[in-house]
Amino acid sequence: MASLLEIQDLHVNIGEKPLLNGVSLAIRQGEVHALMGPNGTGKSTLAYALMGHPGYAVTSGKILLDGTDVLGLSTDERSRMGLFLAFQYPVAIPGVSVANFLRTAINARRRALDPQDKGIPVPEFRKMLKAKLEMLQIPVEFAGRYLNDGFSGGEKKRIEVLQLAVLLPKFAVLDETDSGLDIDALRIVASGVDAISGPDLGVLVITHYQRILNYIKPQFVHVMFDGRIVESGGADLALRLEEQGYDWIRQKYAAAGTAKA
Amino acid sequence: MTQNGKPQWEGPSEYPYGFRDPEEYLYRAQPGLHREVVEEISYRKGEPDWMRKLRLEAFDHFLGRPMPAWGGDLADLNFDEITFYIRPSDRTQVSWDEVPETIKRTFDRLGIPEAERKLLAGVGAQYESEMVYHNIQQSLEKKGVLFLSSDDGLKKYPDIYREYFGTVVPHTDNKFAALNTAFWSGGSFVYVPAGVHVDLPLQAYFRLNAQGVGQFERTLIIVDEGASVHYVEGCTAPMYTRDSLHSGVIEIIVRRGARMRYTTIQNWSTNVYNLVTQRALVGEGGVMEWVDSNLGSRLTMKYPACILQGKGAHGEILSMAFAGRGQHQDAGGKMIHLAPGTSSKITSKSISKAGGRSSYRGLVKVLPGATGSKSNVVCDALLLDSDARTDTYPTIRTEAEQVEIGHEATVSKIGQEQLFYLRSRGLTEEEAVTMVVSGFIEPLVKELPMEYAIEMNRLIQMQMSGSVG
Repeated sequence: MASLLEIQDLHVNIGEKPLLNGVSLAIRQGEVHALMGPNGTGKSTLAYALMGHPGYAVTSGKILLDGTDVLGLSTDERSRMGLFLAFQYPVAIPGVSVANFLRTAINARRRALDPQDKGIPVPEFRKMLKAKLEMLQIPVEFAGRYLNDGFSGGEKKRIEVLQLAVLLPKFAVLDETDSGLDIDALRIVASGVDAISGPDLGVLVITHYQRILNYIKPQFVHVMFDGRIVESGGADLALRLEEQGYDWIRQKYAAAGTAKA
Repeated sequence: MTQNGKPQWEGPSEYPYGFRDPEEYLYRAQPGLHREVVEEISYRKGEPDWMRKLRLEAFDHFLGRPMPAWGGDLADLNFDEITFYIRPSDRTQVSWDEVPETIKRTFDRLGIPEAERKLLAGVGAQYESEMVYHNIQQSLEKKGVLFLSSDDGLKKYPDIYREYFGTVVPHTDNKFAALNTAFWSGGSFVYVPAGVHVDLPLQAYFRLNAQGVGQFERTLIIVDEGASVHYVEGCTAPMYTRDSLHSGVIEIIVRRGARMRYTTIQNWSTNVYNLVTQRALVGEGGVMEWVDSNLGSRLTMKYPACILQGKGAHGEILSMAFAGRGQHQDAGGKMIHLAPGTSSKITSKSISKAGGRSSYRGLVKVLPGATGSKSNVVCDALLLDSDARTDTYPTIRTEAEQVEIGHEATVSKIGQEQLFYLRSRGLTEEEAVTMVVSGFIEPLVKELPMEYAIEMNRLIQMQMSGSVG
């Protein structure tokens, strides 16, 4: 049975400042959702809150993965349950190679299932990694480079998608994976995601622009404004935003936001 | 440092080398600083008269010299409680089978000399004050490579000892060099003839077993013209309520065009004062590399040095320190440029956690005449929590023309964003911290021979285990 990720009336603060004011969203495994909206309306906050970033405090609401509330779980437990975040700004870990990092991440998952697990055999890991690198058109030398250390913006995004391809979560949030990419890099990264997605993966694509959605076709599009999802629709909603921009959203919903403040 | 007479391990949560053997020895000197003990050591070793006199002169120098007022806190170091000489067996064996059973079991538990059979050119093992075992591959012996205990070196090659002993580190150099010269026992003598390359490392292993003991090994290494060698030393001790003292002196002569690497993996228990003087004289075009990793001890004060006295000589120091609870690692290095076109590089990496303190203390000195010399110093400190402390004491003095000197220092705290990133991939907090730390010291670890690199990563994992929530 397909897994279900449900976000119910989620309120999130940084310090005293409210950033999410009641977000509700349900994603099934196999579905692709797009989350759009102007800057600073809470899209990345939702991504961080899902993964349990310690700087983001959930003040009310629930995040249910197949009925289990993950809010009481640590970031690594959420990851091992099947949540994944492709970061907008991936962090460098100097001295740790991409391959070593990925193997450690795979083994952490295996050990969580079976404390006696000896880890993935090296030949099996190499073979798998080589296949994924090829799929994403990443030169094999990247496996030996230090994780995100001195990588260009585009290289970092590709390595995020590589991690997605290797770790095979149930749900992946792509936080502006398209930002900072030129058109060729965007095509490679987005087709990579498209190749990974299927009935076993639910995807939430966070973006400002419609163009990534030409490659990763969403069934559902949501618009976020002022910490809430204010519009939801099909793929045509993304096209409307591309044509008309966000001004109509601002005009339609700014009053409500101001009134509340 | 410990209460209720109960041994405590306050560094890593687990220290696998903390076991101890019964204290049964052939001879044990009375504790404390006594002139008679110095005489007794010299007499028992059947030394030439010049050595006996030098020991006594050093003893007087030690007594007359004040304790260093800088570096670490030595206030609790009580010489009256230290036993300065313990003889565990009657002679140094070349056959492992001849080593006394208890000692053999100890070294077996520590993986010596299993390692020798696989990947070493020679092994020495010191237990308390004496080298109990010393052996070298026959092929190297045939090429004229010498690898002996220092005591045997002095017996068999008295002329070499008379000529070189105390020339790189004289007993007047510092208080602990004087102490070592007075009470020295054990350590290695290595000679590599001109043009001979020793491809596999020579290893010396140092073990303290008794309570409140002092170990004063003395090593002399001469690498002749165009030759090369790698020497590795490892150190461990059990935990006791009374502190022990390890105060070695290492003298190295790297002749023209020769190459030497000296690697230390120091993992003393946290009741050991580790006060060591290591120095190399480097001739024209010669290369000296110190790879110095300090994980254990209560206090380490250790600044490997290169005196670059030949044209174009090169010195390198890679220093790694890990300071946990109750530990102070005061480490670094010294580079003295005497000749034109000499170059040096110091890379220091320190990690501090749980109130541990690590300090980088370094000196780069370029003397008149050392024109066109270059030196570069990079110090990176990583703090794992807010109780940990790090300091940097760099000194640079230049008295020559056309000199290029670089110095960079960074202090970083382990980043919340790094940990969040790694944990978002399923690593636990402990695994994430360990990964950041392993990456931080990777530039040093990759310089180690593979077996040691694996051992080092294991030690770091051990240091990190139980370190978080």
